[in-house]
Amino acid sequence: MTTAVAAPPRAGNQAPKAPRRARWPVYLRFTLLLGFIVVFLIPVYVLLVTSFKPLSEADPSQAWSLPSVWTTEAWQVAWERLKPGIANSFLLAVPGALISAALGAMNGFVLSKWRFPGSDLVFTLFLFGMFIPYQGVMIPLVQLMVTLGVYGGIPGLVLAHVVYGIPICTLIFRNYYVTIPDELMEASRVDGAGMLRTFWSIVLPVSGPAFAVVIIWQFTSMWNDFLFAVFLTGPTSWPTTVMLNNIAGAQTVPYSQQMAAAIIASVPTMVVYVLLGRFFMRGLMAGALKG
Amino acid sequence: MSRVRRWLPGLLLVTPSIIAIAVFVYGMLGWNFRLAMTDQHDEISTGEFVGLENFVSLWDQERWGISVRHAIVFTAVFVGGALILGWLLAFLMEKGIRGEGGFRTIYLFPMAISFVATGVVWRWLMNSGQDDQAVGLNRLFDGLGLDFLQNSWFRDQDWGMAAMAIPAIWQMSGYVMALFLAGFRGVPEELREAARVDGCREWQVYRYVVLPFLRPVTLSALIILGHISLKVFDLIVSVSGKQIITDVPAVFMWVAVFDSHDPAKGATIAAYIVLSVTVFVVPYLIWNARRERRS
Repeated sequence: MTTAVAAPPRAGNQAPKAPRRARWPVYLRFTLLLGFIVVFLIPVYVLLVTSFKPLSEADPSQAWSLPSVWTTEAWQVAWERLKPGIANSFLLAVPGALISAALGAMNGFVLSKWRFPGSDLVFTLFLFGMFIPYQGVMIPLVQLMVTLGVYGGIPGLVLAHVVYGIPICTLIFRNYYVTIPDELMEASRVDGAGMLRTFWSIVLPVSGPAFAVVIIWQFTSMWNDFLFAVFLTGPTSWPTTVMLNNIAGAQTVPYSQQMAAAIIASVPTMVVYVLLGRFFMRGLMAGALKG
Repeated sequence: MSRVRRWLPGLLLVTPSIIAIAVFVYGMLGWNFRLAMTDQHDEISTGEFVGLENFVSLWDQERWGISVRHAIVFTAVFVGGALILGWLLAFLMEKGIRGEGGFRTIYLFPMAISFVATGVVWRWLMNSGQDDQAVGLNRLFDGLGLDFLQNSWFRDQDWGMAAMAIPAIWQMSGYVMALFLAGFRGVPEELREAARVDGCREWQVYRYVVLPFLRPVTLSALIILGHISLKVFDLIVSVSGKQIITDVPAVFMWVAVFDSHDPAKGATIAAYIVLSVTVFVVPYLIWNARRERRS
């Protein structure tokens, strides 16, 4: 916010010098926005309502109505079926996010504050890794993992996510560290501190927000990933998304259970989003580079 | 010498990541292209070099033509729809509105959920059953007296992929809104004010002052949506599985690898997906790097 402008202009509060300034009336904008909210929430309504219906109310004629008897039957079945996948997803996403953050912090620090000749080129080459369709590396990746003997398990999946997460994590930390004044690094150098010392004592203590952004970002993308999971894991290490897809893909599973499973599978990332949405937003924005 | 000692530790610290990216991104892309140029059409043979034969013969397969056409329709509808809706939402909010935080939270929440989870509910919403069999949106239209809106959604032979883009628009337009909102807020208020003082009408202010400021944001959004669209996979699989009626290259590739057990064919499809993304991402990255150097 610039200080030159007193307040964001609102309708009914216009400067006299431009009396005929056309403005969208506030109430019209507000109504439209509310209308979109209703449309956006339709899937949520369907998920919730259907998941609490007993099987006897599965008739198409009651598709949109509230359950006349609320029951958590479907939730219990869905939870039992999804449980192993949820455990796997946590085993994947928690260590994965932490390792990603550690790597990202080191890379971001060097590429912004301790550059070497060619570091800008390295950074651009990293960025390309953010945009490649992972299909392009999938078959060789599977072959390599089979050769290394890590195919089919969670460690292999963590490895894949960490490696292909390097670009975005580096980008987030780099953009964050750019805002730290160079003078701090100089001062630290003059005092005789080496790179690791500077990183550890000067840079890391102020890195909290960047860590939050990266950890949340990586946790969410690992939790929600389906492509790597479906190519790289086997039945015992399937994460939530693959299990959910198997439940939902089976014609025999009633809608109520499918929808309950979809909600359960989304709870962790939704909790993160609601509690730490601010950091999630910053991760999203970083994905757009400097946009 | 002392200069080298100054930057060498930095290089060493980044070296593991450089190696990882070199091997897993560039190495594997290269490996994939090499595989695509062999005749390894089963999992046992070693594969002889056949040049671009696979890249040419893929076009003889009907399914490939269908999946490319699908990808184009999906991309056009999804990118266009998400851009317009996202822009509209940002436009409605840009001057500040009561409860903005709440609106943003709700528009953006689909971004935090997986396509697989949202696919479950969208498959129900876009169920193709009509009239008595109808559930989902068809049932809703029926109940509202809008019967003529009932359609077979993603099962439509010609425009099914346009319907498939709806969940993707729902999922991503909040993100586009956030990008545009940041763009709108980046326009210095002094500039708008100056234009008004010079006698510009509000739409002229918009046209000549605000829109030029939004160009970089629009480009970023276009690139992000475009590259998501060309590799779309989760959404399709979770809404309709591997049916040909909604086939796209990424699903076709999956089928080639796991059902047809044809690595060379899978690699060829993957190579095409990579190429389609690369042709516009690389110029974008170069443009972005230049812009950053200038500022």
